[in-house]
Amino acid sequence: MAVFAEKKQLVAPGELLAEGSYFPGENTYREGNKIFASRIGLAELVANKLIVVPLKGCYIPRVDDFVIGRVVDIAMSGWIVDISAPYPALLPLSETPASRGMAARKDLTKIFNVGDLLMAEVIAFDRTRDPLLTIRGRGLGRVSSGRVVHISPAKIPRLIGRKGSMISMLKKMTSCEIIVGQNGTVLVSGRQPKNEQTAMAAMFMIEREAHTRGLTDRVSEMMNRELR
Amino acid sequence: MNELEVKLIDDNGIRVDGRKLDELRPIKMEVGVLDKADGSAYIEHGKNRIMAAVYGPREAHPKHIALADRAVIKCRYHMAPFSVEERKSPAPSRRELELSKVIRESLESSVMSELYPRTSIDIFIEVLQSDGGSRCAGITSASLALADAGIPLREIVAACAVGKVAGKVALDPSDIEDKQGDADLPVAFMPKSNSITLLQMDGSLTEEEFNQALTMAIDACKRINQLQIEALKRKYVSVKEQAEERHEPKEATA
Repeated sequence: MAVFAEKKQLVAPGELLAEGSYFPGENTYREGNKIFASRIGLAELVANKLIVVPLKGCYIPRVDDFVIGRVVDIAMSGWIVDISAPYPALLPLSETPASRGMAARKDLTKIFNVGDLLMAEVIAFDRTRDPLLTIRGRGLGRVSSGRVVHISPAKIPRLIGRKGSMISMLKKMTSCEIIVGQNGTVLVSGRQPKNEQTAMAAMFMIEREAHTRGLTDRVSEMMNRELR
Repeated sequence: MNELEVKLIDDNGIRVDGRKLDELRPIKMEVGVLDKADGSAYIEHGKNRIMAAVYGPREAHPKHIALADRAVIKCRYHMAPFSVEERKSPAPSRRELELSKVIRESLESSVMSELYPRTSIDIFIEVLQSDGGSRCAGITSASLALADAGIPLREIVAACAVGKVAGKVALDPSDIEDKQGDADLPVAFMPKSNSITLLQMDGSLTEEEFNQALTMAIDACKRINQLQIEALKRKYVSVKEQAEERHEPKEATA
């Protein structure tokens, strides 16, 4: 039994991570009794499982994910929404607040039009069909103000931080409202443009340096400098 | 017209560009060179200059080519009109169509396409300057671009050609050696799986020469694979070093 990769070691696809009775976690695969990485990222051993935290990758929707998407088309009974995933998402009319009533069915554009930004939740997704969204729920619906930022979805966990520590720091120091979509789209809303810009600069810095140590300190130093 | 007969191998066993029979041309690789592509890689192999870009997994266009159980992989190998001495017409030639197909097949077995059903992964290989062995350099850079895009791979594919030049088996023939040589054998190889994913031959080789050439090519592919992994990691290591270095000096003075 041997683990060949050190904790947080940068590994490339095809690199041997471990041999013996370990389990292949995300972004790894097993061949015989050996476990290899399938993506470039940082290797970690969690209990008996080897995983690779990816440095890059597209957004794959999961049920209950909060996402921010843009309406790109209007279908018979709903809207087609781009959530930066390989699959277009569908928001059916039935998943909008019931108060809309029967009359709305005549013209869907009266509710949401092409180009609108929506905050939604994924309610269904599997290998055989495109993701299904809902906007029934607290805080969901059309976005009316704020700035939109696109971050690589693989870096969103780092942006949020352990128990939300990183994102709380950003919100507190810039006094901005920051809403993070699991699909990499983030909404920033602040009183002053400078605060919003600082928050955005922090997000890009986290995206670029997600795999480095001491990131939290460097980000807070940078924000202090900018906001002085 | 009288053609100057160039001696492909001189009396000391040295080739036209100063290399020995088993020497590779200099190779440089850089990953993540195109911001807009999901993954990209640039390679300089000898005088070849090739840019590879990958988009995906994304929605398949046209929809009917999508597969229900895995991603469909599309590949376009194209030579820029200025990539060769005599301007090449930008329209896809028969050669480019064939190379697009064989390159796609050489990369397909490395991609875990079952993870993304009903999507398309698009690979673009643009040859900016060509000097023999461009399909191999194209495969090498395209595989790096796939890894850079974060697409799950079993491993990274490397490719190299071997030729027969003035009757001798020679590694990595340049354009003049390919044109005036007696055979050309491009090979793509996956070192971990010990599998060949591309094997083509132009010209004639005896069985013994073929075995010798194949061994030489596989060995070169293993070396190129090491360079690929280094290039892939280099991009992230440099960011890490720069970032952590910026932080350290402040701690020392505190």
